[in-house]
Amino acid sequence: MSHLPVLIPVTLLLSAFLIPLAGSIKRDFAFAIALVGAALAFAFTLAGLFTVITQGEIRYHLGGWAPPIGIEYVLDALSGFMATVVTLIGLVVLIYSRRSVLHEVAPRVVPLYALAMLLLAGLVGIIVTGDLFNFFVFLEISSISAYALMAIGDDRAPVAAFRYLILGSIAGSFYVLGVGFLYFSTGSLNMADVAQRLPELYQSRAVAAAAIFIFIALGLKMALFPLHLWLPDVYTYAPSAVTALIAPIMTKVAAYALIRMLLTVFQPAYLRDLLPLTSVIGWLAACGILYGSIMAIAQSDLRRMLAYSSISQIGYIGIGIGLANPLGIIGALLHILNHAFMKACLFLVAGNIRWRTGQWEIRRFAGLGRTMPWTMAGFSVAALSMVGIPPAAGFFSKWYLLLGSIDAGNWFFVAVILASSLLTAVYFFRVLEQVYATHTNEESAPMKASDPPLSMLLPTLFLGAGLLILGLFNSAIVTYILNSVAQPLQRPGS
Amino acid sequence: MAYASEIYFSLTPLLAVLVSPAAAILILLSSQKPNLRETWTVLAAVGKFALVISMVAPVLAGQYPAITLFDIAPGISLALKADPLGVSFALSASLLWILTSFYSIGYMRTLKEHSQTRYFASFAICLSATMGIAFAANLLTFLIFYEVLTIATYPLVIHKESAAAISAGRKYLAFLLTSGVALLLAVALTQMNAGTLEFSPGGFLSPSLGQATLLGIFILFLVGVGAKSGLMPFHSWLPSAMVAPSPVSALLHAVAVVKAGVFGFARVVGYVFGPGLTADIGAATLVGVLAGATIIIASLLAMAQDNLKRRLAYSTIGHLSYIILGTVLLAPAAWLGGLFHITTHAAMKITLFFCAGAIYAKTGRENISEMDGIGKQMPLTMAAFIVGALGLAGVPPVGGFLSKWFLAEGAVVSGHPVLLGVLLLSGILNAGYFFPVVVRAYFRPSKHFVRFDEASPAMLIPLLLTAAFAVLLGIYPDGIFRFYSLTAAAAFSVVARGAP
Amino acid sequence: MSALATHYIYYMTAGLLVIGLYGMIGKKNLLKKLIGMNIFQTAIFLFFIYGAVKPGTTVPVLDIRIGMDAAAYINPLPHVLILTAIVVSVATTGVALALLISIYRRYGSLEESTILERMKQSS
Repeated sequence: MSHLPVLIPVTLLLSAFLIPLAGSIKRDFAFAIALVGAALAFAFTLAGLFTVITQGEIRYHLGGWAPPIGIEYVLDALSGFMATVVTLIGLVVLIYSRRSVLHEVAPRVVPLYALAMLLLAGLVGIIVTGDLFNFFVFLEISSISAYALMAIGDDRAPVAAFRYLILGSIAGSFYVLGVGFLYFSTGSLNMADVAQRLPELYQSRAVAAAAIFIFIALGLKMALFPLHLWLPDVYTYAPSAVTALIAPIMTKVAAYALIRMLLTVFQPAYLRDLLPLTSVIGWLAACGILYGSIMAIAQSDLRRMLAYSSISQIGYIGIGIGLANPLGIIGALLHILNHAFMKACLFLVAGNIRWRTGQWEIRRFAGLGRTMPWTMAGFSVAALSMVGIPPAAGFFSKWYLLLGSIDAGNWFFVAVILASSLLTAVYFFRVLEQVYATHTNEESAPMKASDPPLSMLLPTLFLGAGLLILGLFNSAIVTYILNSVAQPLQRPGS
Repeated sequence: MAYASEIYFSLTPLLAVLVSPAAAILILLSSQKPNLRETWTVLAAVGKFALVISMVAPVLAGQYPAITLFDIAPGISLALKADPLGVSFALSASLLWILTSFYSIGYMRTLKEHSQTRYFASFAICLSATMGIAFAANLLTFLIFYEVLTIATYPLVIHKESAAAISAGRKYLAFLLTSGVALLLAVALTQMNAGTLEFSPGGFLSPSLGQATLLGIFILFLVGVGAKSGLMPFHSWLPSAMVAPSPVSALLHAVAVVKAGVFGFARVVGYVFGPGLTADIGAATLVGVLAGATIIIASLLAMAQDNLKRRLAYSTIGHLSYIILGTVLLAPAAWLGGLFHITTHAAMKITLFFCAGAIYAKTGRENISEMDGIGKQMPLTMAAFIVGALGLAGVPPVGGFLSKWFLAEGAVVSGHPVLLGVLLLSGILNAGYFFPVVVRAYFRPSKHFVRFDEASPAMLIPLLLTAAFAVLLGIYPDGIFRFYSLTAAAAFSVVARGAP
Repeated sequence: MSALATHYIYYMTAGLLVIGLYGMIGKKNLLKKLIGMNIFQTAIFLFFIYGAVKPGTTVPVLDIRIGMDAAAYINPLPHVLILTAIVVSVATTGVALALLISIYRRYGSLEESTILERMKQSS
């Protein structure tokens, strides 16, 4: 039996342990261990994903205890895909982070890396676990390390982190409450086992309560409108590298969890057809898309703009879940991947600008197109991808969502998807205009700015180039990985 | 003629697309060495033209070079196919790019413009996108290149970086991105309803989808490609975009970008719906009315413009609708006239824009009221201007006469004599807005323009060549590069199969 | 209704949940928010513990007089789960207290309104 599913979180957990020990001897060890840990975890995930595609899913029984008594870790197409996204983005951002972190928060390098690895371990754990309570444990591991990570930052960061902590604890508690209802109804905590026992209990009110609590919890974690209030402050006040790590993957993992609940635990027959929570999510998400885009237009601070844009982009994933048809879920999952790349790229660019100029204000960006050409090239690609210009990746997730909405006959979603492309264009071209076409003035950032060192520039460009490659070869991802995931949503007869 | 055609695998269409992005990279890398940088532009232009022209003979023989790269979405491939319509468009665009390259070099250096690297790189990407549009074998491939063209033109529109340029850029994006969204929805609806996106002469949509659905999709397509083709009421970005440097207006706003719009329209009518279905669902009437109105209104508006380039822009808007009109009339002659007008109008309008640019580069004047007597200083430029103007008004032997003749014939054959009236009226209006320019240039006295002083040869020679090309198209339409045969093959393959 | 009346503990749990939620959302003092959070979590612990109860059974420690009959013992699993959840809750509280200390050091207060005011002043 392959140990790959458990190796991924364990590697990350182990490096989180080693970092404070080694970091107390020499500060630079912290980064080295984090890098090795993240690279190993990525290698294991890639191997796992490859095995899943060629040989089918891998189930690992922790400690040799067979489920439903023991805890099971599952690597299937869905979790393999998601784990790859998380470990890859984590690795790229870690490579980037070294100089940025030393520049912004030098005294806290060691705890920062330990927490970052703990965060990644938690996120990957959420993805691979096949046990509902173990899921909670990993959820809290990732959340607690995120609270602490976010608090490292400027003066306002602890306040933002505390607010998120309160909301995050509500989410965690609601989740446990939901799991409690499920456990007392079915007598099991293993996802596959619960899924088998649930259909007889679909009429039970306890199961409905469980579904609602779990969905509120995950909606909060995902920053689904109107549960998004914690997000903008948190993204704005944390150190650049932390935001770049948290923003692309953390909310996505919650979205993944929603999809997992929909596909594996409760199953479409319940959540889509009997208790149509998915369509509630879809409609909220559609509102969130518009709200996020409009708020993003109103921001003058680049990171705040990106934060609101995240709320809007999360909405795309929400729409895909809300459609709950194969094309919709394919679009949602593809958007998880694409948006992780785009947001990571954009936040790295924001970090680069901060590194050279100390600025976040968009109106001070005039002339950066000349002084930081490569950074801004990365930004342009990511921005065009966000707008949905082909062949950048962002276009294709929208394409599947659009097809899914048409298939479902939901013209409101169609209109929202299209309108938000234009709104996104408004706030990104505003920046591009400033960067490329505005003459420098007294407000502009210092002109001596130039591209950052290679250790920061290359990750940025890697993500930018990745967007084009993901766009051109999206069909391979869909065919080999996502199609099988979306299969259960096929309505009989269609 | 036989219209049986076969496709064969060939890298040529792909290379024709890829030549200029490769050049764009080289241009960016040699930004510090202007001469080397311009060499790349010229090499790419010549190389691209050579690649396109190598496809003319096989295409006319019914052998279409095609290449299917990979699936860009499940079941939809990124595919290029060089059919007669595509080759004729690609041929005129790449031919005129060579001349524009030389002209650009002269223009940009005369005016000592800033950001020349960005300018030449964007230009190369635009041409690449245009080739992609020309050779796209299905709607998704078309859409991808269409959007790339929209974005790649943006840096050229805002090139001046002035407040006017930025606001023109915003207007440009507002119109073109919105229409892009409509096009995206149209393509998505086509995919969901028809299950395929593959272009096919005579169309692939089936009447069984119902009139309402089909008309809805058609209107979305119309908005999608209508904005680029300057169809009223989506035209107002085009005059604003004239703030761009003249070579941009010349090649992009007379040949590549706006023609990509009408070319897209021809693809939609001829290869997605089919002319017969277009007429059956009532879309032809709708388009006919819009295009007819655009022709007349744009000509009237052109008269009111004092800025020469803006006058040319309104003239372009009017002439683009000639082409649109040609594609919705159910007659091979109308299609022939419309498609041939893509080439002839390109030759004539690029000449006029080159002239406007040469005058601006030499004298700094943009307004017609300031050009009294300029014929004395720049007689060759103005002679070329007259050729272009006569052609647009439809006077033989310039190429414009031929396309208009076929269009008129098509209008009569398809039973729409009222459109014949529109064409004739528009000819008169064309004369009406070009005549004053010529009169001022030659017959008004001027203190400034007294001695012969033409623009630099890099600008003068291209504009003389394009004027000669325009005349040649009228005298001997099939002579060089076989434009006539290509358009005829395209027109007959569409209408012969698509007629009810 | 009688079935519900025997489950009065659920009403108490729900009451605790509401009190905790009110504390977290309604109170303006950050420390009180934290206390609310703890009440909220405790309510959930009680819910789980009560779910494990079976009338007439005993603690899940093997008793020779009863033997291996699982039905005669309380369900031990919820207890184990809640032990984990308590650890999580303690960790969260710890992080929260650390944040509060750092906030108090910077702003000299834990009242939300005062903190917001001082934030505006400093920026």
